[in-house]
Amino acid sequence: MQFFGGSEISPLPPLPTASGNNAHMMYVFNRNGVCLLYREWNRPLRTLNAQQDHKLMFGLLFSLKSLTAKMDPTSVEKGNLGVPQLPGQGCSFHSFRTNTYKLSFMESPSGIKIILVTHPGTGDLRESLKYIYNLYVEYVVKNPLYSPGTPFRSELFDKALDQYVRGLG
Amino acid sequence: MAAIYSLYIINKSGGLIFYKDYGSAGRMDTNDSLRLASLWHSMHAISQQLSPTLGCSGIELLEADTFDLHCFQSLTGTKFFVVCEPGTQHMEGLLKVIYELYTDYVLKNPFYEMEMPIRCELFDINLSQAVQKDRVALLGR
Repeated sequence: MQFFGGSEISPLPPLPTASGNNAHMMYVFNRNGVCLLYREWNRPLRTLNAQQDHKLMFGLLFSLKSLTAKMDPTSVEKGNLGVPQLPGQGCSFHSFRTNTYKLSFMESPSGIKIILVTHPGTGDLRESLKYIYNLYVEYVVKNPLYSPGTPFRSELFDKALDQYVRGLG
Repeated sequence: MAAIYSLYIINKSGGLIFYKDYGSAGRMDTNDSLRLASLWHSMHAISQQLSPTLGCSGIELLEADTFDLHCFQSLTGTKFFVVCEPGTQHMEGLLKVIYELYTDYVLKNPFYEMEMPIRCELFDINLSQAVQKDRVALLGR
């Protein structure tokens, strides 16, 4: 896979089509379910407090992953529902859509999960998530002062992220 | 024309009332299909809570690596969902047709008890016709 190879961010971000900001929020979780980053741009409705919201989101992704792994109609041996799976193992999912939002999901081989919630009409964001993952590697992981597995705050990352997300079509 | 793998119908409390397999690999036993159905019911409900804006009515399309799952929820809370090959078209239309068949052949059947598993011959016959590939293609017109 390309996204954990090259050390520099690809010079051309994959898609931006300059149609304004239609991203709602973004989450980054590590493999233990700790929310490393939560960022929101446009969220009029909040039903829960922040911590509960992160937990619910992680739980939803976890359960949806066990659902897709079990439902996978192309593999014969699927194990039991809810059996623990390593990142990359079993059938996963990359997005779901409701009438009010679209959630795109990516999991890196080390178990970092990146979740982007956007307008329901947004197209395929898999490449964009890889680009955001690259930003995370460049600005957060490579920061010598960052201890892995802890929530992060990085001005450079936030700036690059905001700029990129604003251009998402 | 892409294929449909399976069809589920769940009642408003998350119980599986109809399941039909159209050729997925590997056997799914009754317990597994029941568990998957109720898991989907909860995920559908949670997705509404996490919506950033008002008026969310749950997941309509889930895109997994090897399949797409299209879900339609009727006004009474009965959920219909099909599992099909990635990128299959006209699934919303098919779900509406299945809903229509359900109201005609299941709900109007005087021997059918609400929220109970569906065992109606006419429903089965008409469903298998609707799911035939060439018919699904016609829905696009």
